[in-house]
Amino acid sequence: MRKILEHHVAILLGLVVVGSVIFNVWSPWQFTDIASNWEFIDFTVMVTWWITGVAFVLLGLFMAWAIWRYKYHESGESHYEPEHPVLESWLTIITSIGVVIMLAPGLIVWDDFVQVPSDAMEVEVYGEQWTWKFRFPGEDGIFGTTSVKKNVDRGMDGPTFEPNITSLNPFGMREGDPHGEDDILVASNVLHLPIDRNIKVVMRSKDVLHNFWVPEIRAKMDMVPGMITYFWFRPTRTGEFEILCAELCGRGHHIMRGEMYIDTQEDFETWLDSQVTWAEMKAGQTPEEPMVAKGRQIADQNGCFACHSLDGTSVVGPTWKGLWGREITLSDGTTVIADEEYIVESIVEPNVKLVEGFGSVMTPYAFEDDEMEALVRFLQETSK
Amino acid sequence: MATAEIPYQETVPLHHPKTWIGKYVFSQDHKVIAVQYGITAMAVGLVALLLSDLMRIQIAFPDWSWMDWFVEDYYYQAITMHGMIMVIYLLTAFLLGAFGNFTVPLMCGARDMVFPFVNMLSYWVYLLSVIILLLGYIPGLGGPTGAGWTLYPPQTITEGTPGADWGITTMLASLAVFIVAFTMGGLNYITTILQARTRGMSLMRLPLTVWGIFVATFLGLLAFPALFVSAIMMILDLKIGTSFFMPAIVSLGQTLAYDGGQPLLFQHLFWFFGHPEVYIVALPAFGVVSDLISVHARKNIFGYRLMVWALVFIGILSFIVWAHHMFVAGMHPYFGFFFATTTLIIAVPTAIKVYNWILTLWKANIKLTVPMLYALSFVLTFIMGGITGLFLGNVIIDIPLSDTYFVVAHFHMVMGVSPILAIFGGIYHWYPKLTGRMLNDTLGKWHFWITFLGTYVIYFPMHYLGFIGVPRRYYENFDSSFYPASAEFLNEIITITALIVGVAQILYIVNLVHSYFYGKSAGDNPWGANSLEWCTPETPPGHGNWGEKLPTVHRWAYDYSVPGSEKDFIPQTVPQERTS
Repeated sequence: MRKILEHHVAILLGLVVVGSVIFNVWSPWQFTDIASNWEFIDFTVMVTWWITGVAFVLLGLFMAWAIWRYKYHESGESHYEPEHPVLESWLTIITSIGVVIMLAPGLIVWDDFVQVPSDAMEVEVYGEQWTWKFRFPGEDGIFGTTSVKKNVDRGMDGPTFEPNITSLNPFGMREGDPHGEDDILVASNVLHLPIDRNIKVVMRSKDVLHNFWVPEIRAKMDMVPGMITYFWFRPTRTGEFEILCAELCGRGHHIMRGEMYIDTQEDFETWLDSQVTWAEMKAGQTPEEPMVAKGRQIADQNGCFACHSLDGTSVVGPTWKGLWGREITLSDGTTVIADEEYIVESIVEPNVKLVEGFGSVMTPYAFEDDEMEALVRFLQETSK
Repeated sequence: MATAEIPYQETVPLHHPKTWIGKYVFSQDHKVIAVQYGITAMAVGLVALLLSDLMRIQIAFPDWSWMDWFVEDYYYQAITMHGMIMVIYLLTAFLLGAFGNFTVPLMCGARDMVFPFVNMLSYWVYLLSVIILLLGYIPGLGGPTGAGWTLYPPQTITEGTPGADWGITTMLASLAVFIVAFTMGGLNYITTILQARTRGMSLMRLPLTVWGIFVATFLGLLAFPALFVSAIMMILDLKIGTSFFMPAIVSLGQTLAYDGGQPLLFQHLFWFFGHPEVYIVALPAFGVVSDLISVHARKNIFGYRLMVWALVFIGILSFIVWAHHMFVAGMHPYFGFFFATTTLIIAVPTAIKVYNWILTLWKANIKLTVPMLYALSFVLTFIMGGITGLFLGNVIIDIPLSDTYFVVAHFHMVMGVSPILAIFGGIYHWYPKLTGRMLNDTLGKWHFWITFLGTYVIYFPMHYLGFIGVPRRYYENFDSSFYPASAEFLNEIITITALIVGVAQILYIVNLVHSYFYGKSAGDNPWGANSLEWCTPETPPGHGNWGEKLPTVHRWAYDYSVPGSEKDFIPQTVPQERTS
């Protein structure tokens, strides 16, 4: 017992090392099951794991042993030896070899990772605060070009422009590009992909940095506005997977989720056929009366659609689909009919009557009377 | 030759302060400035510690109703301020501002820094930068920025991020002011080390603490300008609408006027500063730990020359590894080959340092004093943090692990906890010289074990959260299909431990204050150490440190347990012939 107390430092440091090993062996928290072709990434991780793990245990236990063995004694004396070139050289060489063994497979897999197979199917992931959209190139196999602005005029009085990305053109398709007409636009955060096909993910962002990440796929890459980034993978099992945003993108970062389904080829094609092309989306847009169009423009420009969807999905705030005239349950349990009075109040003082299940995150908006009228008209129209 | 033998500072007069304010407030004495730096850094560090505990409670117990006020914005502001304060305003300021100021003149045998007035200015400008930073919390202006400490545009200055106007302005202004302060201090450290060493103190006789601070200061002077220009450019983007970092974007429905800027440019500038910054923090810690181990193990540091060259080599390499922070940033993928290779090469000199610390323990005569406990725990923590760096530096392994809790665990181990342990070790080691009193041993040991074991329990399991795919910087995790529900349990353990470690720092503050008044008298050289600071004629050293004449150095700082000598240490001032 006295010995334990005397050497408690050495013992505790040794226990930290041993405890780490035991934790590692017994831990239920290991790499997520892989669902793509990147098993070689996992292999490289294991190589690094073993080399560094052995080094950690050897160094840690040697330290604990030295502390035990060479604990201070009044009569004790240390060994005076400022340098030992042979030992130092050997340690340098062994470390270098270890580094090469870890690095070499890593670089080989990286070479694979950055070169996309020529037969890969392309899908575009489009990120915005705080949801996902997806686009397929359609029958011609070529994505139409996109732009953030249109009619840009860099005149003497400073540049002017019109927005090109609106609720009527959510992907910012460039007008007049024939490759864009057959592009399949998926304006929801649910993506389907076929199993066993090489897939090239090309990525675009509407506003800030995002990162498309499905943990089981292993791969991830930032989405940078003004740039197109990519990675590729091959799904190896069917099922539902969660899409996460892995790059801090503002106050809604953690709710930026999506779903990815890996389907059989037939299931995938059925799903894809049910999606609309850009040409169909445009054709489905009937001309709106001026008041409604103005309301839509106001909603667009004030970023309402960042939180309120038009298709029934709940994002940050409640959807506007079917809102008008519906009975709504509030957070205090009471109910209210969504009429003009309620809607105006919810815009001017949004946190007074909160819809059940939603937080008080909306900032109050003040509009001119005619703007408010247009907005309410649009809401009424779009609720149908 | 005869003139060269007179140290520079014996040729210039020293002006003693005449007033109380000149002595303790606007003091030009490097020791007072060190204390001012130290106290300010610790105070602002406590703020960052408090923020981290709030974050941990939110992560583990999101449903606690008394935390309802801690909304998304507060959380993202907390992670940002916690990171920036810890890296810049605590670690950099403490290791260079406090330790640099205290040790450089004393260990070099100088009366003071070469430019004492600039040195004083450095502290006051630093204090100003801290005040500007905290102005971000003025109520009613939207609070500090919540963009993450990396401040990546475009989100830093767009409306979807908290503090996108006032908060980011104070942050960038504060950083720019801090860099001014750092430059004034840094030029002083370098000039003093090069010009004001006493007679006999050759560069290769300098203690490793001074070497660590020397190389780190060089890195700082070369790296901080990159942060400075990026701060200026971002302020221009924000205030007058330039587009350095801003492409055409649609922010929350608004098509902004920006066009043609490049977000990745900021990331390159940031990490060109940011990676050397890791070593600005690590190298002084390396130096301090080397000295602590040698003194308290009563043995010469093993492989001194290799230790020096490893510091220099790491310093140089640290400028060509920056893009390993950007493997998933979308830069050209071929950069991955280069930066993975340079990053893993840097592991070699770093590993050599670890071997030499451990080999110093071999056949030593180890006194397990409180500073030594901290030094030993530094080595173990640093090994853990270092080897996980081999995962993240290897580009393809970084792909799945980047932006997960693995990264959080890695950098906290390697550049959060490790340097903090080195700082605590240094404080327990030098406090007797600074105040003339010993710190309380029992309190010190309790503080040590809770802090060391606690931080290990916090960060070691956190790597595994990364492996199962828990993303970092999430206000709430919800239920995810890809990780087991037991991960929540792990999160709770981590949070509870973090709270205990946070509260345990009270022991340390009580110790500092109590021992100042009631501590055991220390004497001139309580540890039996060789380096010059322990050879001052008075303890605590007076203004000018050395009395009439500067000391003369006859040997390196590591003559411990030299065979045939009477005592187990021979101070640097003892002439060679008197050793046998």
